Amino acid sequence: MTFMSKPKVAHPDLPRNALGLTRRDYEGANSTLCAGCGHDSITAAVIEACWANAVEPHTVVKLSGIGCSSKTTAYFLSGAHGFNSVHGRMPSIATGANAANRKLTYIGVSGDGDTLSIGLGQFCHAIRRNLNMVYIIENNGVYGLTKGQFSASADLGTKAKRGAVNRQPPIDPVQLAITLGASFVARSFSGDKAQLVPLLRAAMRHDGFALIDVISPCVTFNDHEGSTRSYAYTREHYEEAVHADFVPFAAEIAVDYADGAAQTVALHDGSRIVLRKVEADYDPSNPGVALNAIQQRMRRGEYLTGLLHIAQDAPDIHALDSTPDTPLNAIPFESLSPGGDALRRVLEAFR
Amino acid sequence: MPSTRAKDRVNDFVIKIATVNGTGSASANGLLLKSIFRSGVPVVGKNYFPSNIQGLPTWYEIRVTRDAHRARSGRVDLMVALNPETYARDLKDVISGGFFLYDSTWPRPALEKRDDVTVLGVPLARLCNENFDGVRTRILMKNICYAGVLAALCSIDLEIMRGLLGETYAKKPKLVDANMAAIQLGYDYARANFECPLGLRVEKMDATRGHVMIDGNTAAALGCVYAGATIGAWYPITPSTSLMDAYKGFCEKLRVDPATGRKNYLMIQAEDELASIGMVIGASWNGARAFTATSGPGISLMQEFLGLAYYAEIPAVVFDVQRVGPSTGMPTRTQQCDIHSAAYASHGDTRQVCLYPSSPEECFEFAVTAFDLAERLQTPVLVLSDLDIGMNDWMCPQFHWDDGYRPDRGKVLDAEQLAKIDRFWRYYDHDADGIPYRTLPGVTTKGAYFARGSGHNQYGGYTEDSTEYQIVVDRLRKKWMTAAHLVPKAVIEPAEQATDIAVVSLGSGDAAVREALVRLRRSGFHVDYMRVRSFPFGEEVQRFLAGHRLNFVVEQNRDAQLRTLLMMETAVERSRLRSILHYNGMPMPASYVAEGILGVIAPDRPAARLVG
Repeated sequence: MTFMSKPKVAHPDLPRNALGLTRRDYEGANSTLCAGCGHDSITAAVIEACWANAVEPHTVVKLSGIGCSSKTTAYFLSGAHGFNSVHGRMPSIATGANAANRKLTYIGVSGDGDTLSIGLGQFCHAIRRNLNMVYIIENNGVYGLTKGQFSASADLGTKAKRGAVNRQPPIDPVQLAITLGASFVARSFSGDKAQLVPLLRAAMRHDGFALIDVISPCVTFNDHEGSTRSYAYTREHYEEAVHADFVPFAAEIAVDYADGAAQTVALHDGSRIVLRKVEADYDPSNPGVALNAIQQRMRRGEYLTGLLHIAQDAPDIHALDSTPDTPLNAIPFESLSPGGDALRRVLEAFR
Repeated sequence: MPSTRAKDRVNDFVIKIATVNGTGSASANGLLLKSIFRSGVPVVGKNYFPSNIQGLPTWYEIRVTRDAHRARSGRVDLMVALNPETYARDLKDVISGGFFLYDSTWPRPALEKRDDVTVLGVPLARLCNENFDGVRTRILMKNICYAGVLAALCSIDLEIMRGLLGETYAKKPKLVDANMAAIQLGYDYARANFECPLGLRVEKMDATRGHVMIDGNTAAALGCVYAGATIGAWYPITPSTSLMDAYKGFCEKLRVDPATGRKNYLMIQAEDELASIGMVIGASWNGARAFTATSGPGISLMQEFLGLAYYAEIPAVVFDVQRVGPSTGMPTRTQQCDIHSAAYASHGDTRQVCLYPSSPEECFEFAVTAFDLAERLQTPVLVLSDLDIGMNDWMCPQFHWDDGYRPDRGKVLDAEQLAKIDRFWRYYDHDADGIPYRTLPGVTTKGAYFARGSGHNQYGGYTEDSTEYQIVVDRLRKKWMTAAHLVPKAVIEPAEQATDIAVVSLGSGDAAVREALVRLRRSGFHVDYMRVRSFPFGEEVQRFLAGHRLNFVVEQNRDAQLRTLLMMETAVERSRLRSILHYNGMPMPASYVAEGILGVIAPDRPAARLVG
């Protein structure tokens, strides 16, 4: 934790994106998390992804619940509005915000406690509505702010810092999201920026609910031997099924992929995701295949990562309810209030 | 026929209809109510229904009231008893000299004798079985047939009934004929077998012109449409659900762009009330007018979020259609029991702006007021109506709309205004009224701030510093003082003669209090009246209470919640406030209020001697 304030000056040679902004323009306040926290690496990946996507900072809305993870929305994009809501209820705030203005990019950051215990209901229903947002779970298997209790994502048999063993099976957000029909489901690791950044870039452009479950070790309470969420364990038991490269609109697909190993997914804005299958039989468009592969690995104590499931063209609430392209918060009052004459007509039915 | 018949009560009597729910009696009851209304005679309709879909007892009460009272009467002159299961208690309810009408198709050996009540047997089932085919049709027709019997007994105009049926079934003219046939059956039977009309009869007047029959939930929904609300998020709960249904119905007619078919509104059925209020807060934070409708259990679930909206200063509009608590309570009965849980919703030092409409017309008006106040004050506004207002049809003066109205969006800085200032401080009291400025997401980076329920300073930053924390909560207190000047003032009606005795009420209690005051006045008792319409209380509330030796506080809950709130939030002494409490779940009748007051101010005078 540092009490130094960050100077807001950028070196003239810093690389600039299409908007002429540097990575510094996407930073936020100083992190107050423990040194070495996985969450800070995710924050850095979010900054990188937003910069690389050249998104205007003020068109992003940052949302979170309560917990260590939920603090991190203050540490990126200080030029974006943020909303740190109540524990486990970020999805409802995001739903309302998105209902009011469909044009903005919504990035939610939550933790395994915030999402899988107190917020499990809202998480499921946000998926069910295919809420157009990026939902990042910074998943460390413990409650950090209250000092190390197991969370609902803690694996069977994993050990707490003081030696207690978890005897209850975990809730896996990735499998849950796939069974609920989520349209973009990925898993990654805070220590793998090369994987995480393109996932974030694609998730931001995906139309619909994009879940990225990021294993993010807690250095203070869950980074010891016997833990299945430590840096060491994750590095050893972590395998990528499908690597996603994000290719913005108008850019050429420069990398050569072996025939049959790559698959391109076109996004609505013209950009593409190129999926490089690390596992030959893996099919991210088939939820059954995805679930089977994830479960097989899980039985071996391994994490399958990458863009594990993607379905295009699932409608969100705006599509289902035919709202106008103009955000609902920008429709002139004159078009909303029917006026005195209409009121007289309406009340005829009550005479 | 027995001689103990009610004396002539022209345009002043009560019909109560006892049926089984799910059998279609609602349309007959609505038809009767509207027919009397269209005859120019003021009416009150009250529905006492079970929390059930089919098979349980249900009652509908029609009060014909030439003096245009709006409360439940409490008496029953004519009972239409169509549910044998409740014969005994229904018979007991009838006033001495009244009538008891039942389906005489089957014998009624268990029916108690009452010599002071005239029993009228009509073989409704037999009449319908002989004239209609099909089980379902016969049941439905039996339940419209009694409307014809009542038309004959109480001289309700059949042509008005036919006209109403024509409007209801404009697209199914066959149904008009079938229903009219059933009505005619009942009508003819009554004419042939009884002396028609009875003393209880409808005589045409011209006292309903310029009025509508509407319930408070429908009126509130219409208010939301007119206020420009675009987002409604809710979780179904009796008795608030019909508010959202009505909003949907109005929006389908009034808010769909004819050129594109796109909808200028979005309704979200949430997974629970925690989510529905979260959605409202998220949408309001993002600049839309958003609202939810709920009842007591929902208010309990919304507490945490309401505290967030109070502290992070986010508008939200909540309609609380109160029902009987505690817990699940009696979901289809009325009470005013959320006064406390709404006023101080959430942990910590929270206080919430509340509005207390007393009628459907005020539900319409306060819906608009609520959005203006919520955005002006950047805080939740809870509109507390109740089941009686929300779900019963009230005769109301026709609503009017000022086409010059523009919503008060409050202190929202746009890009241009932001460009002119050096730095934006979210929670800074620039205007010394306790209300800070806010910005909307998506406008400029300069307006960006971080909304949070955790400790924050006046610049919008996180804080754990005592002084910084206190500056913000003290400023919130100042905002509360400002709110007291902005909310609707109490309605004060002095008696014709100077008095040191007063009645205080709120919400639907108004109807019974007004009628009680009329009766007291006729008997020579003069009492001042104040109806509280909002929380925080304005100065006028304190002044009024202090200006009377005795204030009767009339409300519909057990624990005297309004009285407690008045004691806590004004400087008035406890001894000046005396409770009259009605909390059995039925709408309060005027006699209860009048007798409660008389019992204290004129204990020697028997209540029965009250005039009227």
